[in-house]
Amino acid sequence: MFTSTTFLSILPEVLILVLAVLIFIVEPFWKAEQRRNTGWLTAGGLLAAMAFSLIFGQPGEPTTTFGGTIRFDWLGFFFKLLFMFAGAATALLFMDNEKIGHRGEAYLLLLASLLGMDLMAASADLVMLYLAIETTSIPLYVLSGFMLTDKKSTEAGFKYLLFGALASAFMLYGFSLVFGFAGTTNLYQLVGMFKAGSLSLVAVFGVLTLILVGLGFKVSIVPFHFWAPDVYEGAPTPVSGFLSTASKAAGFAVLVRLFFVAFPEFSAAWALSLAMLAAITMTLGNLLTLQQTNIKRLLAYSSVAHAGYAMIGVVAFTKLGVTSVIFYLAAYILTNLLAFGVVMAFSRVTGVDDIKDFAGMSRRNPWLALMMLAAFLSLAGMPPFGGFVGKVFVFAAGVEAGYVWLVFVGIVNSIIGVYYYLNVMKYVYLYRMPNEDEENHPVLLTRPYTITLAVLAIGVILIGTVFAPWFDWSEAAALTLF
Amino acid sequence: MNFPVLSVITFTPMVAALIILMLPSNRRNETRAVALMAATFALILSIWTYFSYDQVAAGYQFVEKYNWLPVLGISLHFGVDGMSAPLVLLTGVVMFTGVLISWGDEDPHVKAGIQDRPREFFAFLFILASGVFGVFVSLDLFMLFFFYEIAVFPMYLLIAIWGWVVTREYAAMKLTLYLFVGSVVSLVGVLVMYWVQYQNTGILSFDMLAMEKAGFSQAFQNIWFLPVFLGFAVLGGIWPFHNWSPDGHVAAPTAVSMFHAGVLMKLGAFAALRVGIMLLPEGAKYWSWLIMAFAGIAVVYGAYIAFVQTDMKYMIGFSSVSHMGLVMLGLSTLNQNGLTGAGVQMFSHGVMTALFFAVTGMIYDRAHTRMIPELGGMMKIMPFAGVGFIIGGLVSMGMPGFSGFVAEFPIFMGVWQTHWLVAVIASISIIITAAYIMINIRKVFFAELPEKLQGHVGDITVLDKIAIVTLCILMVGLGLFPSLMVPMVQTGVENILRLLGGA
Repeated sequence: MFTSTTFLSILPEVLILVLAVLIFIVEPFWKAEQRRNTGWLTAGGLLAAMAFSLIFGQPGEPTTTFGGTIRFDWLGFFFKLLFMFAGAATALLFMDNEKIGHRGEAYLLLLASLLGMDLMAASADLVMLYLAIETTSIPLYVLSGFMLTDKKSTEAGFKYLLFGALASAFMLYGFSLVFGFAGTTNLYQLVGMFKAGSLSLVAVFGVLTLILVGLGFKVSIVPFHFWAPDVYEGAPTPVSGFLSTASKAAGFAVLVRLFFVAFPEFSAAWALSLAMLAAITMTLGNLLTLQQTNIKRLLAYSSVAHAGYAMIGVVAFTKLGVTSVIFYLAAYILTNLLAFGVVMAFSRVTGVDDIKDFAGMSRRNPWLALMMLAAFLSLAGMPPFGGFVGKVFVFAAGVEAGYVWLVFVGIVNSIIGVYYYLNVMKYVYLYRMPNEDEENHPVLLTRPYTITLAVLAIGVILIGTVFAPWFDWSEAAALTLF
Repeated sequence: MNFPVLSVITFTPMVAALIILMLPSNRRNETRAVALMAATFALILSIWTYFSYDQVAAGYQFVEKYNWLPVLGISLHFGVDGMSAPLVLLTGVVMFTGVLISWGDEDPHVKAGIQDRPREFFAFLFILASGVFGVFVSLDLFMLFFFYEIAVFPMYLLIAIWGWVVTREYAAMKLTLYLFVGSVVSLVGVLVMYWVQYQNTGILSFDMLAMEKAGFSQAFQNIWFLPVFLGFAVLGGIWPFHNWSPDGHVAAPTAVSMFHAGVLMKLGAFAALRVGIMLLPEGAKYWSWLIMAFAGIAVVYGAYIAFVQTDMKYMIGFSSVSHMGLVMLGLSTLNQNGLTGAGVQMFSHGVMTALFFAVTGMIYDRAHTRMIPELGGMMKIMPFAGVGFIIGGLVSMGMPGFSGFVAEFPIFMGVWQTHWLVAVIASISIIITAAYIMINIRKVFFAELPEKLQGHVGDITVLDKIAIVTLCILMVGLGLFPSLMVPMVQTGVENILRLLGGA
């Protein structure tokens, strides 16, 4: 049955595909020095697609299309918009990276991965979900190993592929068991079929654990986080930024839908183990971050820790909990993209990315330093930036659900976080270059960086001050699960 | 709708910070001029607010309320009462004088004030000032936290970048971590209060006026009062969590020391009062003995440690611990005299300690040492600073005729009413304070000028003098005319006593 709703439910995906085809056609005709402009095209196209979807493709009452495989609701829609925004920002950040900026296929891979993410957020069927996850992951494996002559990048791509394939296999096995037990792969029908009474609890927990391996890998919670630091460090920096934001958020989108729609009965029993995982993730992530000397590894471990904070909202298993997770992820995507963007802009000029190399940065480019300050303070959870509000909401959801101990673990961790984030800022603002001649080594920004970073920084401040609209959207998205 | 004076005061520094950041970094004097204009504007508005507060009507005035996130009951709810109006004025004064003394002197021999990246300095300082104003006027707990954290994090940068080279990194990190630990512990307490209120009344709101009526049970208040109160009181420098404070004072640049001791520590005491005592009054009654014990120790111990210091800034830093101990002591009495004294002492100590740090900073900038044994004869070189310091000293000792007396006398009366022995012990601090202030004045200002300092130490600038005069006028004025402030604070205290059940 093909109706307009059917089409609208995959409107963003269709637009992304059109954009990809357009790039595929146009890009080969450009001269080598013009190829960089693919970035403008990609970003502009994605923003246009966002606008177009917002105007024409807003979901009404949640419906299921394509034979029950796609869910058309606010949860999916909100995440799709977030992913496309992150994709647009990443495309702009690609442009002046000398290894990938002029390679059209990088932008195509980015779009392919985005397509997968959008489907992940909207899947209502395990088969569709699995396909979407693979569509997301495979281009990302390639992108991580994109710099063929760079050993670290190759290693990153290969490592990501191996770990990813393993995690996928576990998850697929879990899915197949679910199908075996329940006789359906549709998430919305599983509720009735996959019942506590008819199955032993051991079997259920086993299945859920298998699935969690795959999703935990995506969102990089401990103990499935091993790949993250190496991959983030080795991959081209814009790709790391994309991995740590959009890809992680996509994992969370699936996680909440799966646990709230398909297995709500077991979720409550499952919550305590998830709470433990959240606590371990935060703590281990933060403790490991403390010892990092490379800024990309630091951001990698800190992104593990942030997955832990977001898990508090999942564990709460309430409306506010889901709302706070979505809000947290929105704030986190903007913040972490900004952080990676600043690192990129700096490393592009200086060619180095150890924390100590950031000494004297505030004298080399005061504005870049301020944006880094905004990003890091937001990650540390300080107002008036998005990270603060996100954290308060997540903690509030935790307290509401009675997890005061987990919230205490959370605040202890944010204190550790403040320490290492400020430590980086100390290099930026306090220390100086060896010869104290910063004015001779300015860090100049190219236009794509200026635009992207400015937009992200304003976004981080807006989400931290005028948070009502963001919260309302997050709530609208969360409500579709209840 | 009336003129939204409180939000204008709160956001003026923030806007000024943005304007300052937009200026090119080599326009140093323009940067300072914008800073001074913004500070003057905020000062004038806070004076206006103070004097147009209607003491007869009392209660919260100049109230503004904008719904910010209705779903969770978060609103931008501003208002001042008799307790907070003096503190808003204090912030305006410290901000104004802080800008004046940071202007400095470009003369390479003097290098006073802030000469390294003044643009960033004033921007961060003003963001901090916005946070401080915000805490004093917020009637919404979420916003109170929001501004509280804004007031905390710029301290790290201000101290780490422009502070005293020897200890700045250590002190800045220590201070930030202490304050952050305190504030997040309180945050958990506040979130718990928020949900318990919802369970009790069905109202989902961070509004403090609503939360006063939440009907928290005695057991609940007993559990959560301490985390909430102490979490905030860390910033008030309460013993045994005061350790960050003298280190922070010493490492901070002059204007930041003034802010830190003059206003930020009041922020802690004020928030502890507003959230801890006013929202959990039964818990406050239950634990008041402990707070009193902590405060009593702080008063005497702080004074004694100040007495043995040889570094002027450490001396003043520990004297702040001692004087903030008096504030906490006043709060812990939970009676009219004690609370009134605490309210006035917050203002009086803020002005006094700002003056102390300003003068110390002026001396250090010129003599390049703060060690009391190495100084001398400053009265001849900078008589203005000397007279200012002496007036500050008299306030610190609690001499009648100065604001310190107006503040400390009621505190001791209040303490006497509850536990006379504590009053007796705490009063030892007055003697010790007098001793170290006198010794300091004699050595630094009146002894022979050491040979090392002869010749190259010059007088302070005109702007410095304006700052000193402003602060002195407040201290003497309040000392001679207590009626300018005491009745106003009393109206705020009435409200607190009402919440405490007329105790």
